[in-house]
Amino acid sequence: MKILVGYKRVVDYNVRIQVKPDGTGVVTDGVKLSANPFDDIALEEALRLREKGVAEEVVVVGIGPADLTAHLRNGLAMGANRAIHVVTTDAVQPLTAARVFQKLIEKEQPGLVILGKQAIDDDANQTGQMLAALWDRPQATFASKVEIADGKATVTREVDAGLEVIEAELPAVITTDLRLNEPRFIKLPDIMKAKSKPIDTIELGSLGVEANDHLKTTHYAAPAKRSKGVMVKDAAELVAALKQKGLL
Amino acid sequence: MSKILVIAEHLDGKLNPSTARAVSAAVAIKPQAIDVLVLADNVDAIAADAARIEGVSRVLTLARAENAHPLAAVLAPQIAKAAAGYSHVFAPSTTFGKDVLPRVAALLGVAQVSDVMSVEGAHTFKRPIYAGNAIITVEADPNTTVVATIRTASWPAASNGAGGAPVEAISVDAALPSHTRFVELQSGKSDRPDLQSASKVVSGGRGVGSKENFEIIYKFADKIGAAVGASRAAVDAGYVPSDLQVGQTGKIIAPELYMAIGISGAIQHLTGIKDAGTIVAINKDGEAPIFEIADIGLVGDLFKIIPELEQALG
Repeated sequence: MKILVGYKRVVDYNVRIQVKPDGTGVVTDGVKLSANPFDDIALEEALRLREKGVAEEVVVVGIGPADLTAHLRNGLAMGANRAIHVVTTDAVQPLTAARVFQKLIEKEQPGLVILGKQAIDDDANQTGQMLAALWDRPQATFASKVEIADGKATVTREVDAGLEVIEAELPAVITTDLRLNEPRFIKLPDIMKAKSKPIDTIELGSLGVEANDHLKTTHYAAPAKRSKGVMVKDAAELVAALKQKGLL
Repeated sequence: MSKILVIAEHLDGKLNPSTARAVSAAVAIKPQAIDVLVLADNVDAIAADAARIEGVSRVLTLARAENAHPLAAVLAPQIAKAAAGYSHVFAPSTTFGKDVLPRVAALLGVAQVSDVMSVEGAHTFKRPIYAGNAIITVEADPNTTVVATIRTASWPAASNGAGGAPVEAISVDAALPSHTRFVELQSGKSDRPDLQSASKVVSGGRGVGSKENFEIIYKFADKIGAAVGASRAAVDAGYVPSDLQVGQTGKIIAPELYMAIGISGAIQHLTGIKDAGTIVAINKDGEAPIFEIADIGLVGDLFKIIPELEQALG
């Protein structure tokens, strides 16, 4: 079985985002970029399935500008067999990303697609579900445990009510939650080895997918600041303050 | 004119309060009609609950054995068909809505607006990105159906009205797949108030130190009638089950009172509580980031302070 893994590059999760004063965007120049944390988890899970003999090949897929190649090399250094780089300079929204994956699936015929549950930049949480719909295959979102046997995936999902277990016939789309696994670190010799691994480059337009903006973002703003708080010196003062506000 | 279809969320035959919050967002558009769609095996009790929500025009039911569990692959084709004639399809931005609605949007060939915080117009919305560190205004295409999930923490639950909206059973012509099957739900059931709808929440973090020590948080929460939450650190350390996690990757809540105990306040946690009415922080580290957003802060050892709080409450 072949596994396709979505591997998005985003502003590092430790960076405190600044909104441009003119409301046209957030400052991304000179800001540290990293793999979307949920995508690292997706890649780790695919590698573990390969190590268990469930899969033979793991392919990381990135959509973005020419310099995304360096990011895909990180995925190869972590252990992916090869990478596909869909090149575009346009911003790509989830519906476009799902359509790109649908085209790649036609060509690659994977048994499983693993994506992160959301990207920490647009926080959309849509691409996996949209892909499953376009592909007309099962989806198992927010996965915290995945077992593959007899042509089906048994997936434990983190839902508001607790943990839900579902069965999905393969091929299927799985999206990862934080507790699925702990991604491995990249070792120096693997960075060297990754340099000789293949990266296929495909222009987005050649897939017959348009990167049009389905949603237009017209303004960016910083969130409303909370007013400055007060410090109390002990428990009695805290209780008094809360009682005064009618909260206790 | 706008006509809005709101997808009902329910569990164990009861309507989830998140549905009434999605109705509030629908009301903000001032539409011609707001219909609530209930997909279940037994719809009657859920539909009766939905019919009482103020602002609801009609409750539509799709009762089928296949709808016994909320499987997105099964529900989405039915919702997509039922959406014909509606200008908007809304669902709460809970794990239920997040799972099913993008699948509906893709079937309709449209984008989805995730986590709507405010309605600026029938096609203009505000939503958070970068863990709530930026708020964007987005415009959806007015020529296609708007599919959106509603950030429950940003909207009050629409109240129960006097009259009941009419309930109508509908049927749709949709082929349902059998490739996805429900196995079981292991719920972290408790008698405490539900974390997402509670007016008071007491949360513990890594500072609580162990699963056993978390009893002090439960006990204090029970004393003031609060739900219990936790930071990611407390969940990862195994102190509490993951459905208690508050933050960007857990639940986003807006209680009247939020007490963060032994929580340093990572960006990802703060995202989950930014809309709380009053935030109280109790932490032994006076430099902890949680104090930057707390309305009331108290520096000290939680194991000393909580018993003192209980004593002060009598």
